[in-house]
Amino acid sequence: MNIGVVVFPGSNCDHDCEHVFKTLLGQSVRMVWHKDTSLAGLDAVILPGGFSYGDYLRTGAIARFSPVMGAVKEFARAGGLVLGICNGFQILLEAGLLPGAMLRNRSLNFICKDVYVRVENAATPFTGRCEPGQVLKVPIAHADGNYYTDPVTLAGLQANAQVVFRYCTAEGKVTPEANPNGSLDNIAGIRNAAGNVLGMMPHPERASEELLGNEDGKLIFLSMLEAMKKPRGQTVGG
Amino acid sequence: MKAKIHVTLKQGILDPQGKAIEHALESLGFKNAGNVRVGKYMEVEVQEPDRAKAEAQVRQMCETLLANTVIEEYRYELQA
Repeated sequence: MNIGVVVFPGSNCDHDCEHVFKTLLGQSVRMVWHKDTSLAGLDAVILPGGFSYGDYLRTGAIARFSPVMGAVKEFARAGGLVLGICNGFQILLEAGLLPGAMLRNRSLNFICKDVYVRVENAATPFTGRCEPGQVLKVPIAHADGNYYTDPVTLAGLQANAQVVFRYCTAEGKVTPEANPNGSLDNIAGIRNAAGNVLGMMPHPERASEELLGNEDGKLIFLSMLEAMKKPRGQTVGG
Repeated sequence: MKAKIHVTLKQGILDPQGKAIEHALESLGFKNAGNVRVGKYMEVEVQEPDRAKAEAQVRQMCETLLANTVIEEYRYELQA
């Protein structure tokens, strides 16, 4: 498979994503500079974590106008898999590829720690290798991960099984205490209505290697590889 | 024209920075201070003598970039 990792000025998890796909999973990876306008030949696109454009104005607000984003929108519209991690999620929100917005963390702190998330929808191209309700331990590292959307949009997300990950306890209980940043409904990750675009605040690429003591995140990438083997259009699950 | 633009979180959306400042003011003895909202202030020079056209441009800037209208609201003044 050919995986594209978009590099914005200020991206800092781009090489981690490259490492996972190339070294650990043996895939072909192309680093896509944010000024590139073609994603031809790619099977999936990753918007990695980091601080694109220094988080100026708002996280992701300026990156969404990078030349590459036109191609990312077209790629997503055509059914290609797009995964936004952390800052990548924030960019997808600002670009309107996913609904909602990020507020500053409730605590005002930058939070960098392992958290638990529950797989709320295991029938997506990003979670096919997970069990429904499976608890994954994955680290977060952000100051603006407090997901917000209006009540109507939230109801739509819930009704369409678009909430893919929710913050939970180690036992899988979704509680206010397990919510690290104040996110609405403990939301840690959502997908679009078509199902081929996922945004998540936790960093699965930092939890994909035995050497690092945690391989839970690898399930996301293995799921993607499996989904990509199917012809496009059949990768979308309920 | 110079546009002076204020962007703040919408009313009803929790502003954790505002809350922290509110508590600090309270501990300083300003017991009657409340509902603190933190926002951004921007100045933009628009090379456009026509006020209506300049205003239309500023509004577009706010809608597309300067404010995220999912969570923020904006207001502006124009000065010749």
